[in-house]
Amino acid sequence: MATPAHADPAVHPASTAAGSENQSYGAWLLSWIMTSDHKRIGILYGLSALFFFVLGGIEALIIRTQLARPGLHVVDPATYNALFTMHGTTMIFLGVMPFSAAFFNYLVPLQIGARDVIFPRLNAFSFWLFLCGGIILNVPFVLTPFVDMRVIPDGGWFGYATLTEKEYSPGASIDFWVCGLQILGIASMAAGFNFIVTIFNLRAPGMTLLRMPVFTWMTLVVQFLVVLSFPCITIALVLLLFDRQFGTHFYIPEGGGDPLLWQHLFWLFGHPEVYILILPAMGIVSEVLPTFSRKPLFGAPFVIFSGITIGLLGFGVWSHHMFTTGLGAAADASFAVTTMLIAIPTGVKIFNWLATIWGGQLRLTTAMLFALGFVCMFTMGGLSGIMHASPPVDLQQQDSYFVVAHFHYVLFGGAVFGLLAGIYYWFPKMSGRFLSESWGRVIFGLVFVGFNTTFFPMHIVGAAGMPRRIFTYEAGLGWEIPNMIETAGAFIIAFGVLFFIIDLIRCMMAKEMTAGPNPWDASSLEWVCDSPPKVHNFDITPVVYSDRPVFDKTHGLGPGYSLPVGHEHIHIPPPSLRPLFLAIAVAWFLASWLIAGQAMMLGVVSALLATAFMLYSCFSWFLEPGH
Amino acid sequence: MSTATADLTSPHGHEPAPEYSVTGVPAYKLAMWTFLGSDCFFFGSLIGTYMSCRGKSLNGPYPLDVFEAAVTSLSTFDLLLSSLFMVLAVHYAKLRDIPKFTFWTVLTMIGGAIFLSFQAYEFTSFVHEGLTLQSNLFGATFFVLTGFHGAHVAIGVLLLGSLLWSVRGGHVVDAGITTEVIGLYWHFVDIVWILIFTLVYLLEFTS
Repeated sequence: MATPAHADPAVHPASTAAGSENQSYGAWLLSWIMTSDHKRIGILYGLSALFFFVLGGIEALIIRTQLARPGLHVVDPATYNALFTMHGTTMIFLGVMPFSAAFFNYLVPLQIGARDVIFPRLNAFSFWLFLCGGIILNVPFVLTPFVDMRVIPDGGWFGYATLTEKEYSPGASIDFWVCGLQILGIASMAAGFNFIVTIFNLRAPGMTLLRMPVFTWMTLVVQFLVVLSFPCITIALVLLLFDRQFGTHFYIPEGGGDPLLWQHLFWLFGHPEVYILILPAMGIVSEVLPTFSRKPLFGAPFVIFSGITIGLLGFGVWSHHMFTTGLGAAADASFAVTTMLIAIPTGVKIFNWLATIWGGQLRLTTAMLFALGFVCMFTMGGLSGIMHASPPVDLQQQDSYFVVAHFHYVLFGGAVFGLLAGIYYWFPKMSGRFLSESWGRVIFGLVFVGFNTTFFPMHIVGAAGMPRRIFTYEAGLGWEIPNMIETAGAFIIAFGVLFFIIDLIRCMMAKEMTAGPNPWDASSLEWVCDSPPKVHNFDITPVVYSDRPVFDKTHGLGPGYSLPVGHEHIHIPPPSLRPLFLAIAVAWFLASWLIAGQAMMLGVVSALLATAFMLYSCFSWFLEPGH
Repeated sequence: MSTATADLTSPHGHEPAPEYSVTGVPAYKLAMWTFLGSDCFFFGSLIGTYMSCRGKSLNGPYPLDVFEAAVTSLSTFDLLLSSLFMVLAVHYAKLRDIPKFTFWTVLTMIGGAIFLSFQAYEFTSFVHEGLTLQSNLFGATFFVLTGFHGAHVAIGVLLLGSLLWSVRGGHVVDAGITTEVIGLYWHFVDIVWILIFTLVYLLEFTS
């Protein structure tokens, strides 16, 4: 279907709208399942991430309820282990990462002036595979009542050996975790290759690398981190799988193995992962702050190169997670130095953001409030991070609530605040509607106050010695009041999130599409498109002349961009089921290992069938016409 | 994968429209380079694991009990030779000389298959000598590392087979680029073997 579409709005209804009136519900559903449109895939990522985010939030609320007072027994210790494991795993792999992916998908092609990503079906494949991984990680919650073994992952999100070995985790809980993470890893890496090639190859004429929006730049850095760091955890998980199912001794000291091998491989992935989570939010904030300060981003190339530096240094700091394992003075000292080095590019960014808002004409919209909240909260998380960089200090803080406070300031006060800023900023682009600003202020207030109420006291109880991951604690240690406050704060956040979801649904249902192409008077190319954009994004590929094309053109500061006159052949790939097939085949193949752990022959048969299905999917993918 | 198909056997086959690429590098080639970068970390982790476990087996069989220098040298020579065939296949794919392209691609595949047969022989003879995944750390790290490399070779053979079938069937737009991209993968897998041969095998014979 080579659509010779010359901007006919009747042919291309709004991609986010619930289909035209005469379409049946089934056809509408199928059009979403078969889509390879980056905007629809972005929305699918966003909605799935929101669902998992709520799931992870509910797990957090149960954890906080259990810890509200000393000696409570809301859940038993085994369930508590499963809850904190799944809370961490869910928030990282199924919450923040896919939420960032939602923005990559929706925005990157628009920001570089392209019609889609370079491999649209691979993009759909990544989404469906991600969803399969999310389902496999969470299906144990449903399975638990029907089986007589532990199936909910309960080895911590870091899955330290030897706890995760068969001897100490005999059920299938770790197998589900390994299988889910492998699937999510493949999904992320496939998306990584796709976006790297997209950003390098599909930029509109005139869009040089340094004219790219900072969000696109941070996406590029993140994709490199993904494709280079996920192989490390893939190997770590494969070795764990071999230990558990084939009786090898990679991590088992009795057989000559070394549990520290797991920690090295895991944190070689795990620390870049931290930047995979935070850099997209930094990119979002670098778009939001200039727009609502009516100033260009201060020292944009410095922000970009700092992002690259953070990414590079991210591969050289993993052992700061392992100071307590006794790596020796030389190793501790060098990893302390590299860790402290990261404070430099991070500090550069923070000062650039401050200089951006300095003297600007600030518009305190909800998006801007969340972006400002990001800068403050992330800075606090960064400061406690510098404390951990010092090995002697870290020896005191490791495994205490101080660390929990630190990474929640970075990943919630940082990443989630940044993502919320992004939602408020780009929601008009994605839906044509505004989220309510008055509700937005209340929601920001609740989330900001709730966040600090929950996590600030954790610094204090952590410094007072309260360890992480404990199911309960005794009275009389001075931890009661801070814990009670923390639990209250968690419920304040929950109300904020609840109001946010209600407002999201309310605005989608009730409001008129009044946003127009450029409601915030912003600067990058996505604001040239309609809100929501047409299926093919741009009728004519724009030519770019500056790093703020739309702002420059709107305000007569320069040519900005131009839309050449004439007609362009627009090729929209037809809908396809192949990505879903291949995703199911890959997930099925990896799930066969899970089955093999319980019944070897059944697993082997399942793996063979999955391989056949995979080969069929690959060849029919390759031969599918129109792509 | 594009809308147009070119009849490569005909000298008058129409040229495919040049692909839009800011860098000038075709998308599949850039994607392959990115994948190979990722694969460096994949094999880096595996080889790192092997090296960090080297000499830590609590019991035999030890590497020198099972390694046969002559056999592995021969299979290494065979794999390196297949890289030469691959270069020739790419050369003739770019010249659109389909018979010669077919000849060298089939030879490359045979080279890969011979290497895999050597590996199958090696694995079975090692198991007969008591080296298994479970026997000791050397067995576990050796089989996982060389097994993953063998899987890469097997996938390479499959890719070459698919390439041959699709070029001869006219399913690819530009046989030259497609062959070159698969060639990149093939050479990469070869280079990894050179590292494995040096670090896993040769290093044992130096002491």
